[in-house]
Amino acid sequence: MTSSLRLRAGLVSIVLLAAFLGIWHLATRSTAPVTTMSPEYAKLMGLTATQGKSAMPGPLDVGAKLWEHLKRPFYDNGPNDKGLGIQLAYSIARVGTGYLLAVLVAIPLGFLIGMSPLLSKALDPFIQVLKPISPLAWMPLALYTIKDSSVSAIFVIFICSIWPMLLNTVFGVATVRKEWINVARTLEVGTVRRAFTVILPAAAPTILTGMRISIGIAWLVIVAAEMLVGGTGIGYFVWNEWNNLSITNVIIAILLIGIVGMLLDQILARFTRMVTFPE
Amino acid sequence: MTDKFISIEGIAKRYPGAGGVTTTIFENLWLSMARGEFACVIGHSGCGKTTVLNILAGLDAPSEGAVIVDGQAISGTSLDRAVIFQSHALLPWRTVLGNVAYAVSSKWRSWDRAKVRAHAQAFIDLVGLSGSEHKRPSELSGGMKQRVGIARALSITPKMMLMDEPFSALDALTRGTLQDEVRRICLETGQTAFMITHDVDEAIYLADKIFLMTNGPGAVLAEVVENPLPRDRGRTDLHRHPLYYALRNHIIDFLVTRSKTFAAEAPNHDPRNVPVVQIGKPGLSIASTGEEPRQTWMPGTNPGLSA
Repeated sequence: MTSSLRLRAGLVSIVLLAAFLGIWHLATRSTAPVTTMSPEYAKLMGLTATQGKSAMPGPLDVGAKLWEHLKRPFYDNGPNDKGLGIQLAYSIARVGTGYLLAVLVAIPLGFLIGMSPLLSKALDPFIQVLKPISPLAWMPLALYTIKDSSVSAIFVIFICSIWPMLLNTVFGVATVRKEWINVARTLEVGTVRRAFTVILPAAAPTILTGMRISIGIAWLVIVAAEMLVGGTGIGYFVWNEWNNLSITNVIIAILLIGIVGMLLDQILARFTRMVTFPE
Repeated sequence: MTDKFISIEGIAKRYPGAGGVTTTIFENLWLSMARGEFACVIGHSGCGKTTVLNILAGLDAPSEGAVIVDGQAISGTSLDRAVIFQSHALLPWRTVLGNVAYAVSSKWRSWDRAKVRAHAQAFIDLVGLSGSEHKRPSELSGGMKQRVGIARALSITPKMMLMDEPFSALDALTRGTLQDEVRRICLETGQTAFMITHDVDEAIYLADKIFLMTNGPGAVLAEVVENPLPRDRGRTDLHRHPLYYALRNHIIDFLVTRSKTFAAEAPNHDPRNVPVVQIGKPGLSIASTGEEPRQTWMPGTNPGLSA
């Protein structure tokens, strides 16, 4: 039953993809008749002028270009011409660094806040004000104080990924089932051992859910942050190709951003499943 | 009772209510138990049974009074008093063995892994779960989960066991089997047990002493009923004993009517000297008499205890 459902769903997905590519292809193909103009002028203007080709690249153009990129993902011809692999690696490294720093701060801090009703109440107004601030609003302040655009981008990732993790950790720790705590209490388990053997495993699924939300936000923000700071990264690549008027490369970058985002989410989803136990 | 292994001395529990009014769940509660005794508390919801148990366990503190166990006033929880929780409260990320081993390693912190495992395994075998050690709680049935809860409580070899309606979430058949197991284990190990229940038959089968509590708020311990049934009683022919119905009717009558009217009917009730009801003994007024026995009681023929 389920396997046949999966098969049918897969078929529908393929049909939808084919329809999308077909419509895209039809909408961007050459339609107008060949206009007569001097060959040199035609060469200068390209197919858009001579054959009425749409300025928007078709799926075949994108596919050909993507294949080129995939063949040489790591070339480096100077600051404005690096392979997509290198650009993605820069972005992932920035996200990874900022995100890991946020994990190191958010989870221990969330643990403390969750265990202490006093801290929880005292810090709540700060968290409530800081949480809704767009991470990019921190950028000028970061650039001014840190004076390094690359580190500023990492700081922006740090500040945007900390909130979901912090809040979920606080919630997960504060709402551990009373009976599990009572089990530890009746067994005279000390505070530290209780934190690691009961509270941490009980809160782990909630904490991991926060981490999963955070990695999604971090990947959204890195593209915008790199557009601002420039130099390297997939966000910079998108903006640079827009300045080069290479819509094909922009589309390829969009596709890759989506795929990497999906992979990051899947990795965290797998970790979440590893620590989730039904009762 | 001369040997007071457990003595609850004048405890009260009050909660601050709205507008500075304090709600008294119960006050001036006195109760004692001998070593090796099995006691059941029966009363309607809200009479503070669970609070009494939590105070005995050390999970809750009384507003007044003290609890003395084995000659020492208790403060907080202790590994001497094991709790079997109503909802089993197993840690779902640990296996059966892991759950029991967690308790064992909490009691004997210096033991190495192998010793902890062997000790835990012995108690898993005792409750009949051999072969399921490596399953997680989600893979077990309700009865098996509660068996793990019992094994966990027993594995720390406590001085007493506290049970808060341990079988109320189970189906009738499983409940019966587990009652047999608990009775067998308590008799074999001489365990002192304090159990809360809503099930009158469960109390009659398991308890040596049944504490009857009136309705809260302001609940009091009304009577201590001594179980007149022989110690080697079996679950299957319990109801054939001549005193069974007298005992059962007495408890049911209490729950149905006297738990509400007790405060008005017994204005001189002394909470320090709660009347002890001995059903079947002459000279004692009981609420109702039993039916004629339909079969002669023959001790030693009980299938429930032959194992």
